[in-house]
Amino acid sequence: MERLFDFSDYDQLIPLVQNSLIAGLLLGIMGGLIGVFVMTRDMSFAVHGISELSFAGAAIALLIGFNVALGATFGSIVAAIIIAIMGTRAKDRNSIIAVLMPFGLGIGILALALYEGRAANKFGLLTGQIIAVDDPQVIWLIATSLVVVIALLVVWRPLSFASLDSEVAEARGVPTKALGIIFMLLLALAVAASVQIVGALLVMTLLVTPAAAALRLTSSPLLVPILTMVFAVVAVVGGILLALGGGLPISPYVTTLSFAIYLVARVIEKSRGSFIR
Amino acid sequence: MSSQAILNVQKASLSFGDRSIWKDLDLSVAPGEFIAVIGANASGKTVLLKAILGQLQLSSGAIELLGKSVAHGSRQIGYIPQHRQADSGLPLRARDLLRMGLDGHRFGIPFPSNATAKKVSKMLEAVGAEDIANTPIGQLSGGQLQRIRVAQAVIDNPKLILADEPLSALDLKQQSLVAELINSQRQQNGAAVLFVTHDVNPVLDYIDRVLYLANGQFRIGTPDEVLRSDVLSKLYGRSVDVVRNQGRIAVLGSSDHTHHDDEKWL
Repeated sequence: MERLFDFSDYDQLIPLVQNSLIAGLLLGIMGGLIGVFVMTRDMSFAVHGISELSFAGAAIALLIGFNVALGATFGSIVAAIIIAIMGTRAKDRNSIIAVLMPFGLGIGILALALYEGRAANKFGLLTGQIIAVDDPQVIWLIATSLVVVIALLVVWRPLSFASLDSEVAEARGVPTKALGIIFMLLLALAVAASVQIVGALLVMTLLVTPAAAALRLTSSPLLVPILTMVFAVVAVVGGILLALGGGLPISPYVTTLSFAIYLVARVIEKSRGSFIR
Repeated sequence: MSSQAILNVQKASLSFGDRSIWKDLDLSVAPGEFIAVIGANASGKTVLLKAILGQLQLSSGAIELLGKSVAHGSRQIGYIPQHRQADSGLPLRARDLLRMGLDGHRFGIPFPSNATAKKVSKMLEAVGAEDIANTPIGQLSGGQLQRIRVAQAVIDNPKLILADEPLSALDLKQQSLVAELINSQRQQNGAAVLFVTHDVNPVLDYIDRVLYLANGQFRIGTPDEVLRSDVLSKLYGRSVDVVRNQGRIAVLGSSDHTHHDDEKWL
């Protein structure tokens, strides 16, 4: 138990992880907002596929001594473009993702196996390394999440229309295809940023679980994104705070919190028997 | 007439590979006109709507909406799709679906606004759907959802309503209720309607003209001019009987192999 939770010296630890807390907050807000569209566009599996290619990009960057953040972003944008172009139908999309995913993971593992630097760097790409967020990383993250959040707010209404009612949206002149590509690029940026913090294996916990939990509780298009952001921020920031003392990876804390929120949402939904309206 | 027409289809032809869907189609839709587009499966009814929405390129000819070549959709168009059961897990209530017809195309966040809420409430009232305003669309019945769809199509005062089999999957009573609603709403908004259907009976009392598609050819005219044994026999190239019984019309002998039983009824 002491290895899991250790709150001694907490007052001294907090300032040291200031960067991580900022990162967690930003990731939560960005992940929460984009997560709503991941759910309504049925892109959960795409998130997984993009994150594996993002991991491959980051691992290759690590191996050749290139900027890891750029590597991760490059990998996820390549994946997002492939999925956007080849996977317009849900069925095609799923098979393309399932083909891409193990390939990306394999390439990533190969690059890591060849890498001779610090082992913690390797493991971090898969399972998260939020405790060691440095200043350039935070700046990168602030930039990415600003781009994603602002872009999402700008296209929010037409993207919702295109996601929830595409046939009518298209008839009304909404550029559904262009919006679909814009969304995939934003998703790629969000995934790349998340991969560096929570790791490739656990991106879903940030981009899918909070939105899934919120959708259990309400159908209001206003409340869903707000609840999703709150859930995502609580999971990430809460996970960081719990993980501080133990020296274990952050991801189990974040995923467990996120999962617990989802469970509670299901229980509330069940006990209420219907939606809040 | 063409200068005032809402929609002008001129010598439009469409073919997929060797297969001609329709050829040299001419159609001019006047403001406020209600036209039923009927024909068998694969006669190109839905394809015509797609061409008007700019989603399919014509092989030749032109389609103009309000004097301009059609592009990818238009804000002057209200669209009523076929009924499909909505996913229950979507963050969308009846009033939200309705609102998207009003301002879903605009950038930014859908902030709650008094003016918008008023328009939405008024429209909900007009289609008798106040009681289901806050129901998630996944929980609406077929008739309820199509009611909201009609409201969504007219809330932004379009000049043209395109309806693609909006009554299919509804029971007879809901069919006549929704058909009546489409008619009353288009009258109030002065919109023309192109109504694709394989059963003309629910809208028979409301339509001004019929566009009948078969065999890559077409006939346009009032129901009495087109829905006749001699006219349709010529169109199909074989003997077809149009039977009128208790205000309903049935076309017998029109069915090709691909038809379902219900499509004999026109």
